[in-house]
Amino acid sequence: MKAPGHPEGGLRLEEHRFFRGMDEEFLARLRDTAYERSYDTGALLVREGDPAEEFLLLFAGKVALEIVLPDRPRMTIQTLGPGEVLGWSWLVSPHRWRLDARALKPTRVLGLAASHLRTVLNERPADGYRFLIRLLPVISERLENTRLQLMDLHGL
Amino acid sequence: MASEAANPGGAGTVASHPWVPVPFSVQERVSETADTATISLAPTRSGGRLSFAPGQFNMLYVFGVGEVPISISGDAEPGDRFVHTVRAVGKVSRALFDVRPGDVVGVRGPYGTGWPLAEALDRDVLIVAGGLGLPPLRPALYELLRHRERYGRIEVIYGARTPKDLVHYAEIQGWRARTDLRFQTTVDTAGRDWYGDVGVVTTRLPDARFDPTRTVAFLCGPEIMMRITAQELVGRGIPPGSMWLSLERNMKCAVGICGHCQFGPEFVCRNGPVFRYSEIERFLGVREI
Repeated sequence: MKAPGHPEGGLRLEEHRFFRGMDEEFLARLRDTAYERSYDTGALLVREGDPAEEFLLLFAGKVALEIVLPDRPRMTIQTLGPGEVLGWSWLVSPHRWRLDARALKPTRVLGLAASHLRTVLNERPADGYRFLIRLLPVISERLENTRLQLMDLHGL
Repeated sequence: MASEAANPGGAGTVASHPWVPVPFSVQERVSETADTATISLAPTRSGGRLSFAPGQFNMLYVFGVGEVPISISGDAEPGDRFVHTVRAVGKVSRALFDVRPGDVVGVRGPYGTGWPLAEALDRDVLIVAGGLGLPPLRPALYELLRHRERYGRIEVIYGARTPKDLVHYAEIQGWRARTDLRFQTTVDTAGRDWYGDVGVVTTRLPDARFDPTRTVAFLCGPEIMMRITAQELVGRGIPPGSMWLSLERNMKCAVGICGHCQFGPEFVCRNGPVFRYSEIERFLGVREI
């Protein structure tokens, strides 16, 4: 289900941890194209290989990032919850999702159209820089967590 | 130095000499996972009630095979048996995993320092356990819950490799149902049949509720997990002096003589295994130790 993301009572961009405290003019540019989505348990938010055309902000629920391997059960490598963001494939060429993301419980997100977001980031380099400074720790944390998972530290 | 008084062959000791194992018979064996079991041991000769401090360990001797240190995972209320949770990773632990009721093993202990529960009075308590780090913390959790009114918020984060590797699973369900305790579980990887969290234990810290200025943290698990978690908690405002870690080293004599478990200026068996983080932090990154 898709609905505008900024009516009274709806999800608010500035209330998500990722955007909290950012420049109001910058947020206003993004808010124009923000939209809400709801997913039932089991629904796919994104599918590996599909074009990554949106930046998704999680407000409620739980999402599993899954890898699908031939002849093997699909594997969940991380779960995300409220306050977290889904991926950066929309920012990195060739702009295709590298994982599946599936709702583990009823989930609400706010989406931003990737093409519009990239345009705004290019037009407002100072805000673009601040945006990347917030995105980089997300990438760094997931890289570090992946390293820990690779170490199989519970088996050490 | 260690934060708690060392207790070689402490109050609940069952041996007349710290190097002489006392025969205990296996009363019960509960399979936890494919390679982990919880065993209850009682002295073959009746004696006084057994006691220990949460966090202490016993040396368990499989006759003809060898001896290993295993933390006590049962309730610390004085009783007639010791409970240990054992993972089959080596020759001796495999033999312990394979014991059956009626088998006899040797026991020396309890040894070492315990979790400093007195430090937790009127404060929030954050427990972070990884893998087989939960069993050594279980006695502390029993104590915290027995005197629940004495403590602030209690948060537990428990991580394992996969859902099938979670130990004390049925008991965890009971803890998760309580309203006076938050118990989060997470696993490194999972299949579609797992609806819980996936990610290393540090990914759950943002959801943990505690006041860092009045929190004590108890960490137990693989050393790298404890190191990274402790660093993360310092970043979240918990002072290094308010965190305790249970270290695992090559303990042989258990009474601070042989030196196998030396960790910087400390012997883990005698001055630990529970150490205040601020006292060992500088040694954790030393590769030669």
